[in-house]
Amino acid sequence: MSLKRHILDLRRRKQKVEKGGGETAIEKQAAMGKMTARERILYLLDDKSFSEYDLFVEHEGRDFGMDKKELHGDGVIIGTGTIYGSSVCIFAQDFTVAGGSLGLMHARKITKIMDHALKMRVPLIGINDSGGARIQEGVNSLAGYGEIFYRNTIASGVIPQISVILGPCAGGAVYSPALTDFVFVVDQISKMFITGPNVIKTVLGEEISMEDLGGARIHAEITGNAHFFAHSEQECFEQIKKLITFIPWHNDQKAKPFPPRDPKFEKNIEDIIPSDPRQPYDVRDVIKAIADDSDFFEIQELFAPNIVIGFGRMSGKTVGFVANQPLVLAGVLDCDSSDKAARFIRYCNAFDIPIITLEDMPGYLPGVDQEHAGVIRHGAKVLYAYSEATVPKITVILRKAYGGGYIAMNSRHLGADFMFAWPTAEIAVMGPEGAASIIFKKEIEEAIDPVKMKAIKVQEYIDRFANPYVAASKGYIDSVIEPKDTRAILLHALEVSSTKTELRPEKKHGIPPF
Amino acid sequence: MENTHNIELVDFPILVRKYKTTLTKKYMNRKFYTAPNPNEIKSHIPGTVVKIYVKEGQKVKLGKKIMTLEAMKMVNEIVMPFDGTIEKIFVKEGEKIPKGVVMIEISE
Repeated sequence: MSLKRHILDLRRRKQKVEKGGGETAIEKQAAMGKMTARERILYLLDDKSFSEYDLFVEHEGRDFGMDKKELHGDGVIIGTGTIYGSSVCIFAQDFTVAGGSLGLMHARKITKIMDHALKMRVPLIGINDSGGARIQEGVNSLAGYGEIFYRNTIASGVIPQISVILGPCAGGAVYSPALTDFVFVVDQISKMFITGPNVIKTVLGEEISMEDLGGARIHAEITGNAHFFAHSEQECFEQIKKLITFIPWHNDQKAKPFPPRDPKFEKNIEDIIPSDPRQPYDVRDVIKAIADDSDFFEIQELFAPNIVIGFGRMSGKTVGFVANQPLVLAGVLDCDSSDKAARFIRYCNAFDIPIITLEDMPGYLPGVDQEHAGVIRHGAKVLYAYSEATVPKITVILRKAYGGGYIAMNSRHLGADFMFAWPTAEIAVMGPEGAASIIFKKEIEEAIDPVKMKAIKVQEYIDRFANPYVAASKGYIDSVIEPKDTRAILLHALEVSSTKTELRPEKKHGIPPF
Repeated sequence: MENTHNIELVDFPILVRKYKTTLTKKYMNRKFYTAPNPNEIKSHIPGTVVKIYVKEGQKVKLGKKIMTLEAMKMVNEIVMPFDGTIEKIFVKEGEKIPKGVVMIEISE
């Protein structure tokens, strides 16, 4: 053969394999409203940046007639490319090839690109669209999953790992996304569960649709497994690109700085918060009034919305915001919001992102369901995560900081570097009504007019304790600040914390209350 | 959550104080606690009633097998928690039942 013929032969081979499962399967994929694996990769990555590996890998199945089947690329595409000019490693399961099922070689391709991502210290993006284990390959396919999970764990906290669920992701397959940092789902397309509706029905007699069992909305709102919810695949890819701009490429590097920008928030920061501590407001307005360009990128917006987490920039540098949200459940800490905040704090710490905490919370959520769901164990995660973190930790108490919540929300006592409070702050063991009725129980009971006496005593308590000055007098609060100065003071605090070094006793790892 | 101006606020009590706020779907759908009734034998796990060994009105001693519930590939023998009488049987052999269903009512 002449060289020309060799080249033509290569092109022919590539063309055939790049079609994945063939025209009919591709049409089916489109009919489900889904892009193909290749289209997804090309959409997400910079134009012409994708370089594919293992295109010619074939599956290893020899039983049940599998040896006669040709599965192009064994149902997964792997490669490298760039997003906004920076390298990433990527894999995308190809549902058109044997339903994207995972056999040994499929898994080997994924672990190859994972190893590469970890060695090169670049983010790993995994697009999941798979019917699950390839049953015909038996234990080999289980081995494949296990090897993926192991790498997810080893890479955790070293490189960012992003999972995108664009189809079914069921059974053992769900645990790879669950081990990664951020999970993206798309309405009506993503489906995640351990056991599907059919099994649940035959074994247990419970009937439920796939969407209600493990659809995108369920994971974004109820389980908290998903971090970002989109209405279309395109919107999902835009969200991934935006996230990528905020996070460092690996744990030894800072996120790319942006040009500093002033907030473009129109409202006066002093008008956001009602002075009555029982009235709500949207704490995201406070974040927008503080952050560069008023650009706040919220994570897990729909899950446990009583706490708000996400990224913003201060003077061009990425910071993590953790804020109680009085607009939902009065901003209490409960099992879900504790899990949500604790994991985000650990993410920030792992990737060297300073944390700004905005506090306004009445305490923990009372109730049998919370106690029995383990609010002690879950709530402890917040204490653990804040105490453990060695990144710059700054708190601004906006209004209420009561009881255990005051301690948990990055207090001085857990190692906060800077504690600021607005003059509206109330730092106390509990709300004034509760405190007064305990402290002045006798006086109130013995008074001629107990209602009037209680009101007097409540006011007495408010005057003495429902303010930031008692805590400030002990040095627990560094400075009581005017709301309008918040951004400037935070910028300064971040600046002086930029060289922060804090050593911890040497250990293998701690034992957080998982 | 997009438009905070048209949101209906509710009173939400934390200790003695009530806060104006909104509730989440998950919070509203939470299970309310009811104290366990020792006279009700509930399914602790969803599954299939394989065999019922007793009849209504029968007197049964503590520890005697009263039914078999197969769930998650495990055969669970349900035994009498105290000496007593079978008052009412709510399930049939072969029936698939969810978790938390009252299967048998008993009395001392």
